[in-house]
Amino acid sequence: MPNLIAKSALFGRAPLTLSGTTLAEAQVGTLTSVAVFPGKLTKVKKTLGGFPAPNTVAGNLIWTGPEQVFVLGPVPDLTGLAAVTDQSGGWAALRLSGPMAADALMRLYPLDLRAAHFPKDTCARAPLGHMQSILIAEEAGFLILIFRSMARTAWHEIETALHALTARTAAI
Amino acid sequence: MRIAGKGLIDRTKPVSFTFDGKSYFGFAGDTLASALMANGVRLVGRSFKYHRPRGILTAGPEEPNAMVEVRDGASQSPNTRATVQEIYDGLAAQSQNRWPSLRYDLLSVNDLAAPFLSAGFYYKTFMWPRAFWEGLYEPLIRRAAGLGRLKPQNETASYEKAFAFCDLLVIGSGPAGLMAALTAARAGADVILAEQDSLMGGRLLSGAGTLGMPWVDATLAELRGLPNVRLMARTTVVGAYDQGTYAALERVGLHVPAAPHLPRECFWRIVAGQAILATGALERPIAFDNNDRPGIMLASAALTYLNRFGVVPGQKITLFANNDHARQAVRQLMAAGVQVVAILDSRADASTVEECPVYLSAAVTDTQGRHGLTQISGTHAGGAFKIDTDCLLMSGGWNPLVNIACHQNARPIWREDIAAFVPQPGMVPGLAAAGSANGAFSTQAALREGADAAIAALTELGRSAAAPDLPQAEDAPYRLQALWALPGKGRAWLDFANDVTVKDVKLAAQEGYTSVEHMKRYTTQGMAPDQGKNSNVSALAVLADATGRGIAETGTTTFRAPFTPVSIGALGAGGQGAGFAPQRYMTSDQASRDRGAPMVEAGLWYRPSYFPKPGETTWRQSCDREVLTVRSTVGVADVSTLGKIDIQGPDAVRFLDFVYTNTFSTLPVGRVRYGLMLREDGFVLDDGTTARLGDTHYLMTTTTAAAGQVMRHLDFVHQAYCPKWQVRFISVTESWAQFAVAGPLAKMLLNALLDQRIDDFPFMTYGEVSVEGVKARLFRISFSGEEGYEIAVPTAYGEALFRDLLAKAETLGGCAYGMEALNVMRIEKGFITHAEIHGRITAFDIGMAKMVASKKDCIGKAASQRPGLIGPEREQLVGLRPITQTEIGAGAHLFNPGDKAERVNDQGYVTSVCWSPVFESYLGLAFLKDGRARYGQRVRLIDHMRKTDVLCEVSDPVFLDPEGAKLRA
Amino acid sequence: MRLTCPLCGTRDRREFYYSGSEDYLNRPAEGAPIEAWDDMLHLRTNPAGVTKDLWYHETGCGSWLLVTRNTITHAVLATELVAARKGGAA
Repeated sequence: MPNLIAKSALFGRAPLTLSGTTLAEAQVGTLTSVAVFPGKLTKVKKTLGGFPAPNTVAGNLIWTGPEQVFVLGPVPDLTGLAAVTDQSGGWAALRLSGPMAADALMRLYPLDLRAAHFPKDTCARAPLGHMQSILIAEEAGFLILIFRSMARTAWHEIETALHALTARTAAI
Repeated sequence: MRIAGKGLIDRTKPVSFTFDGKSYFGFAGDTLASALMANGVRLVGRSFKYHRPRGILTAGPEEPNAMVEVRDGASQSPNTRATVQEIYDGLAAQSQNRWPSLRYDLLSVNDLAAPFLSAGFYYKTFMWPRAFWEGLYEPLIRRAAGLGRLKPQNETASYEKAFAFCDLLVIGSGPAGLMAALTAARAGADVILAEQDSLMGGRLLSGAGTLGMPWVDATLAELRGLPNVRLMARTTVVGAYDQGTYAALERVGLHVPAAPHLPRECFWRIVAGQAILATGALERPIAFDNNDRPGIMLASAALTYLNRFGVVPGQKITLFANNDHARQAVRQLMAAGVQVVAILDSRADASTVEECPVYLSAAVTDTQGRHGLTQISGTHAGGAFKIDTDCLLMSGGWNPLVNIACHQNARPIWREDIAAFVPQPGMVPGLAAAGSANGAFSTQAALREGADAAIAALTELGRSAAAPDLPQAEDAPYRLQALWALPGKGRAWLDFANDVTVKDVKLAAQEGYTSVEHMKRYTTQGMAPDQGKNSNVSALAVLADATGRGIAETGTTTFRAPFTPVSIGALGAGGQGAGFAPQRYMTSDQASRDRGAPMVEAGLWYRPSYFPKPGETTWRQSCDREVLTVRSTVGVADVSTLGKIDIQGPDAVRFLDFVYTNTFSTLPVGRVRYGLMLREDGFVLDDGTTARLGDTHYLMTTTTAAAGQVMRHLDFVHQAYCPKWQVRFISVTESWAQFAVAGPLAKMLLNALLDQRIDDFPFMTYGEVSVEGVKARLFRISFSGEEGYEIAVPTAYGEALFRDLLAKAETLGGCAYGMEALNVMRIEKGFITHAEIHGRITAFDIGMAKMVASKKDCIGKAASQRPGLIGPEREQLVGLRPITQTEIGAGAHLFNPGDKAERVNDQGYVTSVCWSPVFESYLGLAFLKDGRARYGQRVRLIDHMRKTDVLCEVSDPVFLDPEGAKLRA
Repeated sequence: MRLTCPLCGTRDRREFYYSGSEDYLNRPAEGAPIEAWDDMLHLRTNPAGVTKDLWYHETGCGSWLLVTRNTITHAVLATELVAARKGGAA
């Protein structure tokens, strides 16, 4: 057992709820990048039990680039088939759910995030403001993976968007 | 004066506001202009150049005269159009460009000097003496001319930006826009209807045409009920960009009192599959002498004030027009009980059947009234006339609002039958004009074109829409006889906002500025906040007349975005303060701040500058102590910001050999090697170390500064030149927290913390270790010149490990060290950073030419050996030490002693400088011509900015431990 | 401006980093004369019309794209992955 204390990116930050929409740090556990070596996709697909199409999520597999997925949870042995790289600590996870979630994120992402255009199990590698991120549509909102060092900025930007939207509602 | 029973204002909700400090009341739904008009205020501003008294000309965003400052202090906004600004309780507005008051403006003497202030006046008069320009003329002119004042304070209000997507964007909500939106919405298309006004309905709100508010209300109700429609009021589409992207500015918080977090404006980027331009048309003024007095306004504006706001602009009204269309304004005014004294129609063959006298072949040639119109004079079929009137409505016909269609540089075409420019299809791909914007002026035609445009747009999108039943509406022919300017001896205004008259345009033509673009710049016509919306077509018609060319041949100036002014705050929305750039924090951030470390920006990262101890009052004291501590005991620094790239695959080493100049195929597992990376043009891109973690597994490090650039470069090399190689890589910068442990006691410190001892761990070795039960990576590398290690743990454990390392270091007499000490030690050791790798240096320059392996190809190899990139003429990396104890600075240039310190004698420049507590001297790194051959010689270090002139001795850049004994200890 | 990433779909221009001419793809073989390197590195035609250049989907999937576009009309005519381009490297 480690004697060092592990901390998440926004350790101890309480969730924020504005107008019924909640921003919270999420814990996604082990996160591993699987980047397939040329010509090995079929075998990797078989070993992983599938491989998501671009911009989609399939079970615990999140598409993140050309023949590349992030795997949530344990990864089977892929020696010789793919580069397997632990990414667990490198990403902060934020969850945004509620009625204003899409509107708030459409202040920051240049993407159409309305449910009809970005339904559950859709994902995108796209910038949140100036920051690289992985955006995943879930049942009731979005999961945002952002470089750990930028988690505070991401929180600040989403919080600002939520405040502005709330103020708009009050001003009408 | 209010008219009972008229207007869309809410008379149950009085609103209190001030103008020039005086309190007034209006009603909810009023603009500042309509509320001032209701209070009998006619004089609302002073003109740009002549300080002429001005009133309200229009009822829309094109207003050139009625511009005011709203709000105070940091939230003050100049040049706010009173015709757009809605009133709210507490609104404070002030008139502009007058002193001491609007009514008694001392600079109105400019008006008397008008004969000297014609077009080109500034160019001609202030040519000489040249020295007077900056000191005298410019400040004088700036004080005298102008509109609103810029506020001195920083912006504090918040702005918002947002993205939107739709199948069809309809720009404008008049009859054409409403019909287009309805047609597309009923067909299920995803529709955005954007309207600059606070209410939707366009001209129908003004009572123009016969289609009334019931149809508007019913249509809007239906649109509101459809989930696939977004109605965006107060949203002006200001620009058309590539691939169906439109910019729009929404007034979010400008019509209500300021509230916390409420943005003033939102800048929208709307991506539309198709768009319909239904922006309508603007009525144009007629140029006649003294046509700028308060009380002279556009006929359509009067119609808007009557029906939208229930207010009339005068009590004895006259109309001067060249078309049938304008008459509906006076007809409706008469029906509302307002006295209309006369209709003056410029045409000889117009109808005279009205409820008031109609004079044909009329020409208004002058007006009277100092602060407001009292009388007009001129001629008509019956001879000369003088008429007492307090309000002259004018109409010179209509200009379709083609602006947005022209934003991609296509030009509109001239239609002689309506004497106006109209857009052509395809000017902006995916955008079609409908209704008045397309030159179809009747309400019925607008409805029809709106529906047709929507059907066509949906067809383009691969959808179909049913043709709607169109309601019956006014379909009167638009009879017009072009009339731009009347002859006169005085000044007849074209551009009210910039004080440009017919004479100015004629003078420009006479002086050779016959191109419309030259005329514009010479006279400044069209360059005011209204961007010539009221004057461009008339001005070029006058120019065409003066040059004897046709209007079509004369052509228009370029229409540029934005359509109406956009505040810088809106464009920069989200970029204030912390929103300017992402802030990257290391895991040790809080621990460093807890120790009082000032944080400095390193790219996007925040890194500790130094760690002050009690009693230390300057950064240098802390820095010197940290350096000496590391050199004598041990120091700890967070180096997590260095880029880390995990590279795997059977071809990984082949890839490394290709991107690095030196060879990696000889690197054994568990070893680390320094690598140099070039750009393809032969200049140094970056440097760093790469460790071989396993048989086909490598970890590359990059500098903090170039981490992103290196990733982009590797991706390019991989995808462009070797996509089939068995190699993949990914950044792990964020996955590992990494700390440098350096100094003679570094090993002792690590042995106290690691779960296993590292007694045999030579220089440039890598090993997997564990620290307090956590798996870790240990590298024996050094950026300080001391025995050094870097230990990496998964980021989650970074903060805990940093605190433990520090606590343990302190028991050994060690300390944490910051960026300042890190920089001093690397200069002492002659290690380069991006102060040296600045994009213009080669491997040869930094003495690493031998690192470009001869036996293999690599990126940049061929180009690095080009003539001119190697040889004694190159500036080469050297060390510098002042002969006397004098402070030196980076950025200084080097000269041979005895040479004049001029550019032609330049021998090189200084890139990095520090005070070395070890050598008790300033040290510098510099690039010096043929520097390696000049060790031991002297150069003059000269900094003209800091006024330094110091003699220095040139040396090897490695000052400390050139044999590397300490490193390898 | 919008570009279509063959993997991610049509995206806003801000997601992309502009690099330059497609000439960078034609890397001379080892030992090629210095003129060949000069051509690749520096000589550009700057066409008024159809041009091919390289864009990096930097805040997206990390793919390099070969974009065919018209510098006069601003039309984007085609995009393909550099890694999978016709006649690309092995």
